[in-house]
Amino acid sequence: MHHELIIAGFGGQGIMFAGQLLTYTGMMEDRHVSYIPSYGPEMRGGTANCSVVISEKEIGSPIVTDPGILVTLNQPAFDKFAPTVKDGGLIIYNSTLINGELPGEDVETLAVPASKIADELGNPRITNMVMLGALIKKTQMVSLETILDSLEKVLPEHRHNLIPLNKQALEAGMEYTEDKL
Amino acid sequence: MAKVLMGGNEALAEAALRAGCRHFFGYPITPQSEIPEYLAKKMPQLDGVYLQAESEIAAINMVYGAAGAGVRVFTASSGPGISLMSEGISYIAGAELPCVIVNIMRGGPGLGNIAPSQADYNQATKGIGHGDFHLIVLAPNSVQEMADLTMLAFQLAEEYRNPAMILSDGLLGQMMEPVEFNENPPKEKDKPWATRGAKGRDPNIINRLLIEAEALQKHNLKLQEKYQLIKETQCRCESYLAEDADILLAAFGSCSRMAKSAVEMARSRGIKAGLVRPITLWPFPEKEVAEAAKGAKACLVTEMNEGQMLLDIRLALKGRIPIHFLGKSGGIIPTPGEILEEIERIEVNLRG
Repeated sequence: MHHELIIAGFGGQGIMFAGQLLTYTGMMEDRHVSYIPSYGPEMRGGTANCSVVISEKEIGSPIVTDPGILVTLNQPAFDKFAPTVKDGGLIIYNSTLINGELPGEDVETLAVPASKIADELGNPRITNMVMLGALIKKTQMVSLETILDSLEKVLPEHRHNLIPLNKQALEAGMEYTEDKL
Repeated sequence: MAKVLMGGNEALAEAALRAGCRHFFGYPITPQSEIPEYLAKKMPQLDGVYLQAESEIAAINMVYGAAGAGVRVFTASSGPGISLMSEGISYIAGAELPCVIVNIMRGGPGLGNIAPSQADYNQATKGIGHGDFHLIVLAPNSVQEMADLTMLAFQLAEEYRNPAMILSDGLLGQMMEPVEFNENPPKEKDKPWATRGAKGRDPNIINRLLIEAEALQKHNLKLQEKYQLIKETQCRCESYLAEDADILLAAFGSCSRMAKSAVEMARSRGIKAGLVRPITLWPFPEKEVAEAAKGAKACLVTEMNEGQMLLDIRLALKGRIPIHFLGKSGGIIPTPGEILEEIERIEVNLRG
């Protein structure tokens, strides 16, 4: 098992948090993991992306240039990273905000109306968790139980009141995806 | 102790604290600012000193003073700030005081940019300031080593009364990986030479102002003896699939991670590639590199600069095999795919 992902979207969509949570969860499941945020002057108000590697073996390059999996939350990030996805790879995209047309590429796509689902759950800020739910349902990369354990570690104590909402969002993303499998 | 997921800069700062360091003097600069940020929070809780100086020049001279008083002390900066510190570093080396200096490299020269780079290799390993001296230079390639080598740097600095440098870069500083902290950090050495007040004994003098040529030469020869001892005992190096390699890659720091991936890709295509990674950049592990290259037919050096460690590899291999170079600069990181292409090109040439 060796996964190289890019998670990308706008700053403020919880891209970095989703990446860190996934990385932490991989570590909890005794995998080798690495996480790199994009950093630099482009961060404020612009696009945000991070590279995550989760693997059974020791990780060489932590930088992901041609991801096997792309999770993307907005159109500019989709346009930028979709062409970099490996042949045979997977793109999971937020179809509320993205027109996911990708002519002529040998890539599987999964459209998840994540912003819409998050709105229905009452909070647009959990779009990232809906996407993460879709990702783990589709790939079985890590288990929901471990993500929930990790949430307790990654979220500061004064945010633990948000764990039930995050759980709902993860489950909603999983349920939506289950119907598409 | 369980593993924790941490950024490289934070892990380095935490390792310094766990090594008992309670004195930090610095000045902010990207991509190392998480180090002072972390220490600004933690030092006061530990009754330590965190001080943001008015400049890097001030910071390194505060380090000089604290080192003279015999406390564990460190500073961190990036290229431009390290250049400003070079005068003070030379004074510290001349006075034979232990301290740790961290350089989280960014693109140069000049103001350059804030992207990861390895362009300060020559600066770090070839005498960073004026005069005949060396830093002990350690180059981590993972978040785990950011922690481990920082602890080792304090130990070596004290053992040899010499400044030690962690030469890392923006990529290792910013990335997160699991890290497990050494539960038995190196114990602090007794420092009978420290200037802590001369009550009941003769004063200790730590600065070196030797006007007489003979006396200064004698001091220099003593330093050289120390450097020779460090060379003989402290070279550190790691190799990966080097034993039967036809093409031996050489890379340090974060670049060695890309090289390792390229080696694996080459092996899966039936090309016998291997990797040698110097961990101490000074002293440079000449013998270890030569040993790793014993059976190789060609060497490929890859760096995030335009060819700096390349010269040390040439010296180590003494022209025995052809040495190729793949460098990227300005903050660009060579991808495993690009390194693989170079390996394949060399392989075709070898087959003639």
